[in-house]
Amino acid sequence: MVVTTDPHDDPTLAAVAEGVDRVCADFDDDYWSACDVEHRFPWEFYDAMAAGGWVGIAIPEAHGGGGQGIAAAAMVLNRVAASGAAMNGSSALHLTMFGLNPVVRFGNDRLKDTFLPRAATGELHVAFGVTEPDAGTDTSRISTRAVDDGHGGFVVTGRKVWTTKALESEVVLLLTRTDTDPDDRLGGLTLFLADLDERHVDIRPIPKLGRNAVASCEVAYDRLPVEGWRMVGERGQGFRHLLHGLNPERILLAAMSCGIGEAAVRRAVAYASEREVFGRPIGANQSISHPLAVAHMQLRAAAAVMWDAARRYDADLPCGEQANTAKYLAAEAAFLAADRAVQTLGGMGYATEYHVERYWREARLQRIAPVSQEMTCNYVAQQVLGLPRSY
Amino acid sequence: MNVVVCVKQIPDPADPGALDPSTKTLKRDGKLILDESDSYGVEMALQLVDAAGGGEVTLVSMAPNSEVGGLRTALAMGAAKAVLVSDDALKGSDALGTSKVLAKAIERAGAADLILTATESSDGYTGTVPEMVAELMGLPSVTFAKSITIDGGAAKVQRQTEAGYDDVECPLPAVVSVTAGVVEPRYPSFKGIMAAKSKPVDEVTVADLGIDAGAVGWAGGGQEIVEVAEAEAREAGTIVEDDGEGFQKVVDYLSELKVI
Repeated sequence: MVVTTDPHDDPTLAAVAEGVDRVCADFDDDYWSACDVEHRFPWEFYDAMAAGGWVGIAIPEAHGGGGQGIAAAAMVLNRVAASGAAMNGSSALHLTMFGLNPVVRFGNDRLKDTFLPRAATGELHVAFGVTEPDAGTDTSRISTRAVDDGHGGFVVTGRKVWTTKALESEVVLLLTRTDTDPDDRLGGLTLFLADLDERHVDIRPIPKLGRNAVASCEVAYDRLPVEGWRMVGERGQGFRHLLHGLNPERILLAAMSCGIGEAAVRRAVAYASEREVFGRPIGANQSISHPLAVAHMQLRAAAAVMWDAARRYDADLPCGEQANTAKYLAAEAAFLAADRAVQTLGGMGYATEYHVERYWREARLQRIAPVSQEMTCNYVAQQVLGLPRSY
Repeated sequence: MNVVVCVKQIPDPADPGALDPSTKTLKRDGKLILDESDSYGVEMALQLVDAAGGGEVTLVSMAPNSEVGGLRTALAMGAAKAVLVSDDALKGSDALGTSKVLAKAIERAGAADLILTATESSDGYTGTVPEMVAELMGLPSVTFAKSITIDGGAAKVQRQTEAGYDDVECPLPAVVSVTAGVVEPRYPSFKGIMAAKSKPVDEVTVADLGIDAGAVGWAGGGQEIVEVAEAEAREAGTIVEDDGEGFQKVVDYLSELKVI
């Protein structure tokens, strides 16, 4: 058997790509542009993906999902992004696909039985409530509090920002402070799968540069009651439970970035091949063709690291270096590709009609979220190279 | 209820097609995919079997080089199994030759209550195969179905016409061709695609079907492609300069054509 790094040589991943490409073919760039302009969640697309089992692909089979790992989930999101759906399409799916990973790993049976089957069918929308206005990357400082209600439950009060899909979601994976332990920076935090009960939750979308089909919100929790069984894992271990999901998240984000870049290069190449100036296609000029070739090569390199990280994660091998490297490289490669696509199309690249400006706005996000490129460098400097901690 | 659906695997219409200069026929040596027009028949068959509460959908296809790409797509949608006829002797088959092969392959697929086809393929467009298959099998033929319901031993078909539709009833088994766009073909699901890999495809040759190789392909063809010519370029249209009365010229032109 020939072992290659091309995921399409894996029959399961090739099947995933084939199935997802088929759904995406019915949702063209104009559909995504309209969703973006109108700030409209892509329900038609979401429902088609859910019906095919693509949203539930990484939920365990015992709970009705596809039972696949991060590589299959990465393939789904990569193909969605590469179709031209970019982040508007992939982030519509990704939290239901992998946001419940802490519930799968650490949740009690009642939580799993109640929520995972509905996540497997795509019926359950999940938001992620971690980031706070005063505690961005420094998650240990979060102040949203969950207080014992004296009957085994909790009452949550506080504010979160950048809660993606809060408007569409029924539940939120919510990180709260239940206890204070001066000796343990990462302790005292507890994770809940809480209802976004509108009587106690105020949700406001944050106006932003791009990915406008999927809103990210500021969410205020005002004495939200949460039953005890909705606690995910152990009390005080919430942040550590979340850490388990960071590598998969980086892998999935890298997969999406590679997809955006692929879409951008495809459009740029098509334009450069057709658009004639001074009697020949502009792609005949090396100042146009070389940057596109470089963008393509950088995307290939980022994708190779991303697939390596995904396979390592699925094989239970350490993958922190690979996942962080993939996230960094893919965000840079996607932005370069989108930027070169805008440059290739010239004035048309700035026009909504030609779509590359949408890729460009969304690719820019990849260098910031869910973790900045700088924090990714910090991880590699410290954890991989063994340099002293800088923060 | 058992339904057989005839499906054609064709070169991807998204890729530019090419003719083999020596035979003047479409090149089919690349990857082939399920003809989209056949996806409606597959969907309708799956719905009919569901409605009947039992039975299965079997695919029948004739394709070069043991091609199963398009069959796997239809199997992933939910068909149970397939019969594939693949044989070098079939190269050059015309519509009648194809019909002879399909009729035998349908018999091999097992007792069917209903045989569905598209009205025509997207790469050949003869639109004659369903009727010839019915004739060869001695079955009733109903064409251009927009809906089918099964009532005991009969099919009730709404048959699309230019003005609307006819209600047609015929005894089963029958061959019914299905109009494109009348149902929404389901997307193959993840579990469907994975399951399709292990669904049985019975690959047979013309000899397996008891057909004389001389009766099909180039040898049995009742037609010869003598010449292929470029389609005439469309003539330039008429440009109406609008001097404030442009609408009248458009109205006059349309009146002349008796469009209005």
